[in-house]
Amino acid sequence: MTTSINWFRFASPASFFALAGRLVPWFASAAALLALLGCYLGLFVAPTDAQQGEAYRIIFIHVPAAWMSMFIYLVMAFWCAISLTFNTRLAAMMAQSLAPTGAMFTFVALWTGALWGKPTWGTYWAWDARMTSELILLFLYFGYMALRNAIDDPRRADRASAVLALVGAVNIPIIYFSVKWWNTLHQGASVSLTSAPSMAKVMLAGMLVMAFAAWFYAIAIALLRVQAIILERERATGWVGELATGARAAK
Amino acid sequence: MTPFDAVAPSAPSAGAWVGVAWALARDLRLALRSRAEIGVQLLFYVIVVSLFPLGVGPEPMLLRALGPGVLWVAALLASLLSLPRIFTADFSDGTLEQIALSPYPLPALISGKIAAHWLTTGLPLVVMSPLLGMQFGLSGNELSILAVGLLVGTPTLSLLGAIGAALTLGLRAGGGLLALLILPLYVPVLIFGAGAVDAVRAGFSASAQLSLLGAGLLVAIVGAPIACAAAVRIALD
Repeated sequence: MTTSINWFRFASPASFFALAGRLVPWFASAAALLALLGCYLGLFVAPTDAQQGEAYRIIFIHVPAAWMSMFIYLVMAFWCAISLTFNTRLAAMMAQSLAPTGAMFTFVALWTGALWGKPTWGTYWAWDARMTSELILLFLYFGYMALRNAIDDPRRADRASAVLALVGAVNIPIIYFSVKWWNTLHQGASVSLTSAPSMAKVMLAGMLVMAFAAWFYAIAIALLRVQAIILERERATGWVGELATGARAAK
Repeated sequence: MTPFDAVAPSAPSAGAWVGVAWALARDLRLALRSRAEIGVQLLFYVIVVSLFPLGVGPEPMLLRALGPGVLWVAALLASLLSLPRIFTADFSDGTLEQIALSPYPLPALISGKIAAHWLTTGLPLVVMSPLLGMQFGLSGNELSILAVGLLVGTPTLSLLGAIGAALTLGLRAGGGLLALLILPLYVPVLIFGAGAVDAVRAGFSASAQLSLLGAGLLVAIVGAPIACAAAVRIALD
Protein backbone atom coordinates (compact mmCIF):
# COMPACT_ATOMS: atom_id res chain seq x y z
CA MET A 1 0.00 0.00 0.00
CA THR A 2 1.60 3.23 -1.11
CA THR A 3 1.18 6.31 1.00
CA SER A 4 -1.29 8.65 -0.60
CA ILE A 5 -1.40 12.39 -0.06
CA ASN A 6 -4.74 13.74 0.96
CA TRP A 7 -4.94 16.66 -1.47
CA PHE A 8 -8.14 17.97 0.04
CA ARG A 9 -6.20 18.77 3.19
CA PHE A 10 -4.64 21.68 1.31
CA ALA A 11 -8.05 23.09 0.43
CA SER A 12 -8.13 24.34 4.00
CA PRO A 13 -6.56 27.81 4.20
CA ALA A 14 -4.71 26.91 7.41
CA SER A 15 -2.79 23.99 5.93
CA PHE A 16 -2.32 25.72 2.58
CA PHE A 17 -0.84 28.71 4.38
CA ALA A 18 1.95 26.50 5.72
CA LEU A 19 2.44 24.76 2.37
CA ALA A 20 2.62 28.08 0.51
CA GLY A 21 5.15 29.34 3.05
CA ARG A 22 7.38 26.33 2.35
CA LEU A 23 7.03 26.64 -1.46
CA VAL A 24 7.61 30.38 -1.87
CA PRO A 25 11.43 30.37 -1.30
CA TRP A 26 11.90 27.56 -3.83
CA PHE A 27 9.89 29.23 -6.58
CA ALA A 28 11.36 32.65 -5.81
CA SER A 29 14.97 31.41 -5.97
CA ALA A 30 14.24 29.40 -9.13
CA ALA A 31 12.77 32.55 -10.68
CA ALA A 32 15.80 34.63 -9.69
CA LEU A 33 18.30 32.07 -11.02
CA LEU A 34 16.44 31.61 -14.29
CA ALA A 35 16.07 35.36 -14.74
CA LEU A 36 19.83 35.80 -14.27
CA LEU A 37 20.56 33.00 -16.73
CA GLY A 38 17.98 34.36 -19.19
CA CYS A 39 19.42 37.88 -19.00
CA TYR A 40 22.92 36.51 -19.53
CA LEU A 41 21.77 34.52 -22.58
CA GLY A 42 19.71 37.39 -23.91
CA LEU A 43 22.11 40.27 -23.36
CA PHE A 44 25.54 38.66 -23.84
CA VAL A 45 25.28 35.35 -25.69
CA ALA A 46 22.51 35.98 -28.24
CA PRO A 47 23.80 37.63 -31.43
CA THR A 48 22.58 40.99 -32.69
CA ASP A 49 19.61 40.61 -34.99
CA ALA A 50 20.37 41.31 -38.64
CA GLN A 51 17.18 43.31 -39.24
CA GLN A 52 16.24 44.84 -35.91
CA GLY A 53 19.67 45.42 -34.37
CA GLU A 54 19.88 45.45 -30.59
CA ALA A 55 16.27 46.52 -30.16
CA TYR A 56 15.00 42.97 -30.63
CA ARG A 57 16.47 42.02 -27.23
CA ILE A 58 13.32 43.34 -25.64
CA ILE A 59 11.60 40.10 -26.65
CA PHE A 60 13.28 38.44 -23.68
CA ILE A 61 10.92 40.45 -21.48
CA HIS A 62 8.10 41.15 -23.89
CA VAL A 63 7.19 37.66 -25.09
CA PRO A 64 7.25 35.98 -21.64
CA ALA A 65 5.15 38.83 -20.24
CA ALA A 66 2.61 38.50 -23.06
CA TRP A 67 2.39 34.72 -22.59
CA MET A 68 1.95 35.06 -18.84
CA SER A 69 -0.69 37.77 -19.20
CA MET A 70 -2.96 35.41 -21.13
CA PHE A 71 -2.02 32.26 -19.22
CA ILE A 72 -2.69 33.86 -15.82
CA TYR A 73 -6.17 34.92 -16.93
CA LEU A 74 -6.94 31.32 -17.84
CA VAL A 75 -5.58 30.06 -14.51
CA MET A 76 -7.61 32.73 -12.74
CA ALA A 77 -10.75 31.68 -14.61
CA PHE A 78 -9.99 28.05 -13.67
CA TRP A 79 -9.84 28.90 -9.96
CA CYS A 80 -12.99 31.00 -10.34
CA ALA A 81 -14.80 28.02 -11.86
CA ILE A 82 -13.60 25.79 -8.99
CA SER A 83 -14.67 28.34 -6.41
CA LEU A 84 -18.14 28.71 -7.96
CA THR A 85 -18.67 24.97 -8.41
CA PHE A 86 -17.36 23.70 -5.08
CA ASN A 87 -17.86 26.91 -3.11
CA THR A 88 -14.32 26.77 -1.74
CA ARG A 89 -12.72 29.78 -0.16
CA LEU A 90 -9.15 28.94 -1.09
CA ALA A 91 -9.82 28.75 -4.85
CA ALA A 92 -11.33 32.24 -4.76
CA MET A 93 -8.35 33.49 -2.79
CA MET A 94 -6.02 32.04 -5.44
CA ALA A 95 -7.96 33.85 -8.18
CA GLN A 96 -7.82 37.06 -6.15
CA SER A 97 -4.08 36.75 -5.64
CA LEU A 98 -3.38 36.05 -9.34
CA ALA A 99 -5.23 39.08 -10.74
CA PRO A 100 -2.69 41.83 -9.88
CA THR A 101 0.19 39.74 -11.24
CA GLY A 102 -1.72 39.10 -14.45
CA ALA A 103 -2.49 42.80 -14.83
CA MET A 104 1.17 43.60 -14.16
CA PHE A 105 2.35 41.22 -16.89
CA THR A 106 -0.27 42.62 -19.32
CA PHE A 107 0.96 46.12 -18.60
CA VAL A 108 4.60 45.08 -19.01
CA ALA A 109 3.77 43.40 -22.32
CA LEU A 110 2.06 46.57 -23.59
CA TRP A 111 4.80 48.86 -22.32
CA THR A 112 7.71 46.84 -23.69
CA GLY A 113 5.74 46.39 -26.92
CA ALA A 114 5.50 50.14 -27.27
CA LEU A 115 9.23 50.56 -26.57
CA TRP A 116 10.00 47.86 -29.11
CA GLY A 117 7.62 49.31 -31.66
CA LYS A 118 9.35 52.69 -31.78
CA PRO A 119 12.70 51.53 -33.22
CA THR A 120 11.30 48.71 -35.37
CA TRP A 121 7.96 50.02 -36.68
CA GLY A 122 8.65 53.70 -36.11
CA THR A 123 5.66 54.16 -33.82
CA TYR A 124 4.93 53.53 -30.15
CA TRP A 125 1.41 52.37 -30.76
CA ALA A 126 -0.24 50.72 -33.76
CA TRP A 127 -3.76 49.31 -33.69
CA ASP A 128 -2.29 45.89 -34.26
CA ALA A 129 -4.61 42.99 -33.45
CA ARG A 130 -2.39 41.64 -30.68
CA MET A 131 -1.78 45.00 -29.06
CA THR A 132 -5.46 45.89 -29.15
CA SER A 133 -6.60 42.59 -27.66
CA GLU A 134 -3.86 42.83 -25.03
CA LEU A 135 -5.19 46.28 -24.13
CA ILE A 136 -8.70 44.86 -23.78
CA LEU A 137 -7.28 42.06 -21.62
CA LEU A 138 -5.82 44.74 -19.35
CA PHE A 139 -9.29 46.29 -19.08
CA LEU A 140 -10.72 42.88 -18.16
CA TYR A 141 -8.15 42.53 -15.36
CA PHE A 142 -8.94 46.03 -14.12
CA GLY A 143 -12.67 45.29 -14.23
CA TYR A 144 -12.15 42.11 -12.21
CA MET A 145 -10.11 43.89 -9.55
CA ALA A 146 -12.44 46.91 -9.47
CA LEU A 147 -15.47 44.68 -8.94
CA ARG A 148 -13.67 42.83 -6.12
CA ASN A 149 -12.73 46.10 -4.46
CA ALA A 150 -16.25 47.52 -4.76
CA ILE A 151 -17.81 44.67 -2.77
CA ASP A 152 -17.27 44.71 0.98
CA ASP A 153 -18.39 41.17 1.80
CA PRO A 154 -15.49 38.91 0.72
CA ARG A 155 -17.71 35.91 -0.03
CA ARG A 156 -19.98 37.96 -2.30
CA ALA A 157 -16.87 39.49 -3.90
CA ASP A 158 -15.53 35.98 -4.52
CA ARG A 159 -18.61 34.83 -6.35
CA ALA A 160 -19.45 38.01 -8.24
CA SER A 161 -15.91 38.40 -9.55
CA ALA A 162 -15.84 34.69 -10.43
CA VAL A 163 -18.92 35.14 -12.65
CA LEU A 164 -17.23 38.13 -14.29
CA ALA A 165 -13.96 36.26 -14.85
CA LEU A 166 -15.79 33.36 -16.47
CA VAL A 167 -17.82 35.64 -18.74
CA GLY A 168 -14.54 37.33 -19.66
CA ALA A 169 -12.85 33.99 -20.35
CA VAL A 170 -15.65 33.03 -22.76
CA ASN A 171 -15.25 36.40 -24.46
CA ILE A 172 -11.46 36.47 -24.80
CA PRO A 173 -11.28 34.27 -27.93
CA ILE A 174 -14.22 36.15 -29.47
CA ILE A 175 -12.55 39.49 -28.75
CA TYR A 176 -9.22 38.26 -30.09
CA PHE A 177 -10.63 37.01 -33.38
CA SER A 178 -12.91 40.00 -33.89
CA VAL A 179 -10.02 42.39 -33.31
CA LYS A 180 -7.82 40.37 -35.63
CA TRP A 181 -10.45 40.48 -38.35
CA TRP A 182 -11.12 44.16 -37.79
CA ASN A 183 -7.42 44.83 -38.08
CA THR A 184 -6.99 42.98 -41.38
CA LEU A 185 -10.01 44.80 -42.78
CA HIS A 186 -8.77 48.22 -41.83
CA GLN A 187 -5.01 48.09 -42.04
CA GLY A 188 -3.80 45.29 -44.19
CA ALA A 189 -0.67 43.54 -43.01
CA SER A 190 1.41 46.68 -42.64
CA VAL A 191 2.80 45.67 -39.26
CA SER A 192 3.13 42.02 -38.60
CA LEU A 193 5.24 40.06 -36.20
CA THR A 194 4.28 36.70 -37.65
CA SER A 195 6.54 37.16 -40.65
CA ALA A 196 9.60 37.49 -38.44
CA PRO A 197 12.51 35.36 -39.63
CA SER A 198 13.14 32.11 -37.82
CA MET A 199 14.99 32.75 -34.61
CA ALA A 200 18.48 31.63 -33.78
CA LYS A 201 18.54 28.76 -31.30
CA VAL A 202 20.21 30.78 -28.56
CA MET A 203 17.57 33.51 -28.85
CA LEU A 204 14.82 30.93 -28.46
CA ALA A 205 16.64 29.38 -25.50
CA GLY A 206 16.97 32.76 -23.81
CA MET A 207 13.31 33.50 -24.37
CA LEU A 208 12.21 30.13 -22.97
CA VAL A 209 14.43 30.52 -19.90
CA MET A 210 12.92 33.96 -19.32
CA ALA A 211 9.44 32.51 -19.80
CA PHE A 212 10.11 29.96 -17.05
CA ALA A 213 11.53 32.71 -14.86
CA ALA A 214 8.33 34.72 -15.35
CA TRP A 215 6.26 31.62 -14.62
CA PHE A 216 8.07 30.83 -11.36
CA TYR A 217 7.96 34.47 -10.37
CA ALA A 218 4.20 34.47 -10.91
CA ILE A 219 3.80 31.32 -8.80
CA ALA A 220 6.01 32.69 -6.02
CA ILE A 221 4.32 36.07 -5.87
CA ALA A 222 0.83 34.55 -6.10
CA LEU A 223 1.59 32.20 -3.20
CA LEU A 224 3.04 35.06 -1.18
CA ARG A 225 -0.01 37.19 -1.88
CA VAL A 226 -2.40 34.35 -1.11
CA GLN A 227 -0.69 34.00 2.27
CA ALA A 228 -1.41 37.64 2.98
CA ILE A 229 -5.01 37.23 1.80
CA ILE A 230 -5.48 34.15 4.00
CA LEU A 231 -4.15 36.01 7.04
CA GLU A 232 -6.40 38.98 6.34
CA ARG A 233 -9.56 36.99 5.75
CA GLU A 234 -9.02 34.34 8.43
CA ARG A 235 -7.93 36.84 11.06
CA ALA A 236 -10.84 35.90 13.31
CA THR A 237 -9.80 32.23 13.48
CA GLY A 238 -7.82 30.62 16.28
CA TRP A 239 -4.85 29.50 14.22
CA VAL A 240 -4.10 32.98 12.91
CA GLY A 241 -4.31 34.27 16.47
CA GLU A 242 -1.85 31.63 17.61
CA LEU A 243 0.43 32.49 14.68
CA ALA A 244 0.38 36.17 15.58
CA THR A 245 0.95 35.66 19.32
CA GLY A 246 3.60 33.01 18.61
CA ALA A 247 5.45 35.41 16.32
CA ARG A 248 5.25 38.10 18.97
CA ALA A 249 6.55 35.74 21.65
CA ALA A 250 9.47 34.69 19.46
CA LYS A 251 10.57 38.28 19.03
CA MET B 1 -53.63 29.20 -19.92
CA THR B 2 -55.95 31.62 -18.22
CA PRO B 3 -54.80 35.16 -17.45
CA PHE B 4 -54.89 34.27 -13.78
CA ASP B 5 -52.11 31.71 -14.23
CA ALA B 6 -49.93 34.27 -15.93
CA VAL B 7 -50.24 36.65 -13.01
CA ALA B 8 -49.99 34.31 -10.04
CA PRO B 9 -48.01 31.18 -10.81
CA SER B 10 -48.48 28.47 -8.24
CA ALA B 11 -47.22 25.20 -9.73
CA PRO B 12 -43.69 24.37 -8.51
CA SER B 13 -42.42 23.68 -12.04
CA ALA B 14 -44.07 26.51 -13.89
CA GLY B 15 -43.19 26.81 -17.57
CA ALA B 16 -40.23 28.86 -18.66
CA TRP B 17 -42.09 30.59 -21.49
CA VAL B 18 -44.85 31.73 -19.15
CA GLY B 19 -42.16 33.25 -16.97
CA VAL B 20 -40.62 35.06 -19.92
CA ALA B 21 -44.01 36.41 -20.98
CA TRP B 22 -44.93 37.50 -17.46
CA ALA B 23 -41.68 39.39 -16.84
CA LEU B 24 -41.79 40.92 -20.32
CA ALA B 25 -45.36 42.16 -19.88
CA ARG B 26 -44.68 43.51 -16.39
CA ASP B 27 -41.51 45.40 -17.31
CA LEU B 28 -43.06 46.76 -20.51
CA ARG B 29 -46.04 48.06 -18.54
CA LEU B 30 -43.72 49.70 -16.01
CA ALA B 31 -41.58 51.25 -18.74
CA LEU B 32 -44.58 52.61 -20.61
CA ARG B 33 -45.78 54.29 -17.43
CA SER B 34 -42.56 56.31 -17.25
CA ARG B 35 -42.12 57.19 -20.90
CA ALA B 36 -39.92 60.16 -20.08
CA GLU B 37 -37.04 57.81 -19.22
CA ILE B 38 -37.20 56.18 -22.64
CA GLY B 39 -37.18 59.62 -24.24
CA VAL B 40 -34.18 60.74 -22.21
CA GLN B 41 -32.16 57.72 -23.30
CA LEU B 42 -33.06 58.30 -26.95
CA LEU B 43 -32.17 61.99 -26.67
CA PHE B 44 -28.81 61.01 -25.18
CA TYR B 45 -28.15 58.93 -28.29
CA VAL B 46 -29.11 61.78 -30.62
CA ILE B 47 -27.01 64.30 -28.72
CA VAL B 48 -23.88 62.13 -28.55
CA VAL B 49 -24.12 61.47 -32.30
CA SER B 50 -24.65 65.18 -33.01
CA LEU B 51 -21.56 66.13 -30.99
CA PHE B 52 -19.17 64.31 -33.30
CA PRO B 53 -19.54 66.59 -36.35
CA LEU B 54 -19.04 69.54 -34.00
CA GLY B 55 -15.85 67.92 -32.73
CA VAL B 56 -14.25 66.73 -35.97
CA GLY B 57 -15.60 69.29 -38.45
CA PRO B 58 -18.31 69.17 -41.11
CA GLU B 59 -16.35 67.71 -44.07
CA PRO B 60 -18.78 65.29 -45.78
CA MET B 61 -16.12 62.70 -46.69
CA LEU B 62 -14.79 62.56 -43.14
CA LEU B 63 -18.28 62.30 -41.65
CA ARG B 64 -19.21 59.53 -44.07
CA ALA B 65 -16.14 57.59 -43.01
CA LEU B 66 -16.77 58.16 -39.31
CA GLY B 67 -20.54 57.71 -39.42
CA PRO B 68 -20.97 53.96 -38.79
CA GLY B 69 -18.42 53.95 -35.95
CA VAL B 70 -19.92 57.03 -34.32
CA LEU B 71 -23.46 55.66 -34.49
CA TRP B 72 -22.34 52.35 -33.02
CA VAL B 73 -20.23 53.84 -30.23
CA ALA B 74 -23.14 56.11 -29.32
CA ALA B 75 -25.44 53.05 -29.27
CA LEU B 76 -23.00 51.31 -26.90
CA LEU B 77 -22.98 54.31 -24.58
CA ALA B 78 -26.75 54.71 -24.70
CA SER B 79 -27.15 51.02 -23.88
CA LEU B 80 -24.70 51.40 -20.99
CA LEU B 81 -26.59 54.39 -19.67
CA SER B 82 -29.87 52.51 -19.56
CA LEU B 83 -28.54 49.27 -18.02
CA PRO B 84 -29.09 50.12 -14.34
CA ARG B 85 -32.82 50.39 -15.10
CA ILE B 86 -33.12 46.62 -15.60
CA PHE B 87 -32.69 45.68 -11.95
CA THR B 88 -32.04 48.70 -9.72
CA ALA B 89 -35.62 49.70 -8.89
CA ASP B 90 -36.70 46.08 -8.35
CA PHE B 91 -33.64 45.48 -6.20
CA SER B 92 -34.15 48.48 -3.95
CA ASP B 93 -37.84 47.85 -3.24
CA GLY B 94 -37.41 44.10 -2.74
CA THR B 95 -39.32 43.01 -5.84
CA LEU B 96 -36.25 41.27 -7.20
CA GLU B 97 -36.15 39.04 -4.14
CA GLN B 98 -39.77 38.04 -4.70
CA ILE B 99 -39.01 37.41 -8.38
CA ALA B 100 -36.12 35.14 -7.38
CA LEU B 101 -38.41 33.26 -4.98
CA SER B 102 -41.12 32.64 -7.57
CA PRO B 103 -41.58 29.12 -8.95
CA TYR B 104 -40.67 30.23 -12.46
CA PRO B 105 -37.04 29.58 -13.45
CA LEU B 106 -35.06 32.71 -12.68
CA PRO B 107 -33.21 32.77 -16.05
CA ALA B 108 -36.62 32.82 -17.79
CA LEU B 109 -37.86 35.76 -15.74
CA ILE B 110 -34.61 37.59 -16.36
CA SER B 111 -34.85 36.88 -20.10
CA GLY B 112 -38.25 38.56 -20.06
CA LYS B 113 -36.86 41.57 -18.22
CA ILE B 114 -33.96 41.85 -20.68
CA ALA B 115 -36.36 41.56 -23.64
CA ALA B 116 -38.47 44.37 -22.21
CA HIS B 117 -35.34 46.44 -21.67
CA TRP B 118 -34.31 45.97 -25.28
CA LEU B 119 -37.79 46.78 -26.61
CA THR B 120 -37.85 50.05 -24.67
CA THR B 121 -34.21 51.12 -25.10
CA GLY B 122 -32.59 49.22 -27.97
CA LEU B 123 -35.43 49.23 -30.48
CA PRO B 124 -35.90 53.04 -30.40
CA LEU B 125 -32.19 53.41 -31.27
CA VAL B 126 -32.63 51.06 -34.23
CA VAL B 127 -35.61 53.05 -35.49
CA MET B 128 -33.80 56.34 -34.99
CA SER B 129 -30.48 55.29 -36.54
CA PRO B 130 -31.30 55.73 -40.28
CA LEU B 131 -32.28 59.33 -39.64
CA LEU B 132 -29.02 60.02 -37.81
CA GLY B 133 -27.09 58.09 -40.46
CA MET B 134 -28.45 60.45 -43.10
CA GLN B 135 -26.93 63.36 -41.19
CA PHE B 136 -23.58 61.65 -41.74
CA GLY B 137 -24.25 61.27 -45.45
CA LEU B 138 -24.64 57.48 -45.50
CA SER B 139 -26.31 56.08 -48.62
CA GLY B 140 -29.58 54.14 -48.62
CA ASN B 141 -27.93 50.75 -48.74
CA GLU B 142 -25.57 51.64 -45.91
CA LEU B 143 -28.47 52.96 -43.85
CA SER B 144 -30.40 49.73 -44.16
CA ILE B 145 -27.34 47.65 -43.21
CA LEU B 146 -26.73 49.96 -40.27
CA ALA B 147 -30.30 49.47 -39.05
CA VAL B 148 -30.19 45.69 -39.58
CA GLY B 149 -26.85 45.52 -37.74
CA LEU B 150 -28.23 47.50 -34.82
CA LEU B 151 -31.36 45.34 -34.85
CA VAL B 152 -29.26 42.19 -34.43
CA GLY B 153 -26.53 43.75 -32.28
CA THR B 154 -28.37 45.81 -29.67
CA PRO B 155 -30.13 42.78 -28.08
CA THR B 156 -26.64 41.33 -27.49
CA LEU B 157 -25.69 44.59 -25.77
CA SER B 158 -28.73 44.33 -23.48
CA LEU B 159 -28.02 40.66 -22.71
CA LEU B 160 -24.31 41.18 -21.92
CA GLY B 161 -25.00 44.41 -20.09
CA ALA B 162 -27.60 42.77 -17.86
CA ILE B 163 -24.84 40.55 -16.42
CA GLY B 164 -22.85 43.64 -15.46
CA ALA B 165 -25.96 45.36 -14.11
CA ALA B 166 -26.71 42.36 -11.90
CA LEU B 167 -23.10 42.07 -10.69
CA THR B 168 -22.97 45.71 -9.62
CA LEU B 169 -26.37 45.73 -7.87
CA GLY B 170 -26.26 47.69 -4.64
CA LEU B 171 -22.60 48.66 -4.94
CA ARG B 172 -21.38 52.13 -4.14
CA ALA B 173 -19.15 52.34 -7.23
CA GLY B 174 -22.20 52.13 -9.55
CA GLY B 175 -22.01 53.60 -13.03
CA GLY B 176 -18.29 53.93 -13.66
CA LEU B 177 -17.69 50.38 -12.51
CA LEU B 178 -20.42 49.11 -14.81
CA ALA B 179 -18.71 50.80 -17.77
CA LEU B 180 -15.37 49.21 -16.85
CA LEU B 181 -16.94 45.75 -16.61
CA ILE B 182 -19.12 45.86 -19.69
CA LEU B 183 -17.53 48.02 -22.38
CA PRO B 184 -14.61 45.60 -23.05
CA LEU B 185 -17.17 42.84 -23.59
CA TYR B 186 -19.00 45.03 -26.13
CA VAL B 187 -15.94 45.22 -28.41
CA PRO B 188 -16.86 42.35 -30.78
CA VAL B 189 -20.39 43.72 -31.30
CA LEU B 190 -18.96 47.14 -32.13
CA ILE B 191 -16.43 45.68 -34.57
CA PHE B 192 -18.91 43.54 -36.48
CA GLY B 193 -21.69 46.14 -36.41
CA ALA B 194 -19.60 49.02 -37.72
CA GLY B 195 -17.68 46.61 -39.97
CA ALA B 196 -20.90 45.58 -41.72
CA VAL B 197 -21.53 49.15 -42.88
CA ASP B 198 -17.89 49.58 -43.86
CA ALA B 199 -18.06 46.40 -45.94
CA VAL B 200 -21.11 47.64 -47.83
CA ARG B 201 -19.43 50.95 -48.51
CA ALA B 202 -16.35 49.16 -49.83
CA GLY B 203 -18.59 47.23 -52.21
CA PHE B 204 -18.60 43.89 -50.41
CA SER B 205 -21.46 41.92 -48.93
CA ALA B 206 -22.13 42.47 -45.24
CA SER B 207 -23.52 38.99 -44.76
CA ALA B 208 -20.38 37.74 -42.94
CA GLN B 209 -20.54 40.47 -40.30
CA LEU B 210 -24.30 40.19 -39.91
CA SER B 211 -24.06 36.40 -39.58
CA LEU B 212 -21.44 36.78 -36.85
CA LEU B 213 -23.62 39.35 -35.07
CA GLY B 214 -26.50 36.86 -35.29
CA ALA B 215 -24.30 34.05 -33.97
CA GLY B 216 -23.21 36.26 -31.09
CA LEU B 217 -26.84 37.06 -30.34
CA LEU B 218 -27.77 33.37 -30.23
CA VAL B 219 -24.88 32.58 -27.87
CA ALA B 220 -25.84 35.53 -25.68
CA ILE B 221 -29.52 34.48 -25.61
CA VAL B 222 -28.51 31.04 -24.36
CA GLY B 223 -25.70 32.01 -22.00
CA ALA B 224 -26.37 35.49 -20.65
CA PRO B 225 -29.64 34.80 -18.75
CA ILE B 226 -27.96 31.94 -16.87
CA ALA B 227 -24.93 34.05 -15.91
CA CYS B 228 -27.29 36.89 -15.07
CA ALA B 229 -29.43 34.67 -12.83
CA ALA B 230 -26.29 33.54 -10.99
CA ALA B 231 -25.27 37.18 -10.54
CA VAL B 232 -28.74 38.15 -9.25
CA ARG B 233 -28.68 35.32 -6.70
CA ILE B 234 -25.22 36.46 -5.55
CA ALA B 235 -26.48 40.03 -5.16
CA LEU B 236 -29.53 38.89 -3.17
CA ASP B 237 -27.58 36.79 -0.65
